[in-house]
Amino acid sequence: MSPFAEYAIAFLLLLGGAFTLIGAIGLARLPDFFTRLHGPTKATTLGVGAIMLSSVIYFSARGEGIGISEVLITVFLFMTAPVSANILAKAAMHIGVRTMDGTEGKPWEQ
Amino acid sequence: MLDRLSFPQPWLSLILFVTWQFLSDGISGGSLVLGLILAWAIPQMTQGFWPERPSFMRFWLMPKYLARVLKDIVIASFQVAALIISPRKPRPAFVCYPLELEHPLAISILASTISLTPGTVSADVSDDQRLLLIHALDTENEQEVIDTIRKRYEQPLLEMFK
Amino acid sequence: MITIALYITIAMVTLAALLNVYRLIKGPDAPDRVLALDTLYINAIALIILLGITLGTRMYLESALLIAVMGFVGTVAMAKYLKRGSVIE
Repeated sequence: MSPFAEYAIAFLLLLGGAFTLIGAIGLARLPDFFTRLHGPTKATTLGVGAIMLSSVIYFSARGEGIGISEVLITVFLFMTAPVSANILAKAAMHIGVRTMDGTEGKPWEQ
Repeated sequence: MLDRLSFPQPWLSLILFVTWQFLSDGISGGSLVLGLILAWAIPQMTQGFWPERPSFMRFWLMPKYLARVLKDIVIASFQVAALIISPRKPRPAFVCYPLELEHPLAISILASTISLTPGTVSADVSDDQRLLLIHALDTENEQEVIDTIRKRYEQPLLEMFK
Repeated sequence: MITIALYITIAMVTLAALLNVYRLIKGPDAPDRVLALDTLYINAIALIILLGITLGTRMYLESALLIAVMGFVGTVAMAKYLKRGSVIE
């Protein structure tokens, strides 16, 4: 395996792990539900995407061809993350989850 | 009778067929046949759920839009990461965004884009499809959020669905 | 070098999963728990991919794909249940 591929794989792995961890930290420590929604939808999705990319590079550098499954999983995750965030936000608004002090504006009722 | 054998949505059928080839273990006679059956059956079964088709869509503008969104997703993740780690409290806000887009598919693309890009999650669309409720994680100025979205994402989509 | 990076990443993702479990237990509302489960399955996918790289096999990718599909359907079903009180109307 070429050293360049090794550096790229290691870098992508660490980046992905860091983003996944940061998304989880956001989920654990942000103050209310709507702010917590931001961590997983963005950071975690990108983190898993980076880990997938490193897997693609790893297996193609070993000469096993380009993994279509990884690409499919990544595309699927990027497509579903906003949908689940949206539907969860709707559910939270319906239940009337408490928002943190200092939130400007209000979720509407209809 | 012929109506029931047709492909009501050729693009969806094509995507399903190609995806099935990727999913199965190498292309063989069996996977081709099963792919064709799925490409025919799934659009037929889900036809009632699809909104009306856009009359005209400029597909070739899509790659440019996707590239911009992908770049913004990376930037967004760094911003959100910085905010999560920093000890200062975020200043969240609900923003009402007046939509200029009219087509349901365009609105759902815009809503998904907003959820994946810097500091905003789209929460709801009003019943008459004129307002989009957005939750911004950290903002001082609501107008700024609205202007950014309008300039960066809604204008290209308007071009695409004109 | 890849081995070290792999172990560090596995440790980080595991820690992330633990933080998700913390949110899952603490709540305080039902949507929080559903969100924690949603993040948890995405972390599980990441762990499976990492395991695949560690063992040098592609076999686990199929299960990762299945978890991705099932997890999404599960999240949507739970969110819909919270909103409407039933999943299939």
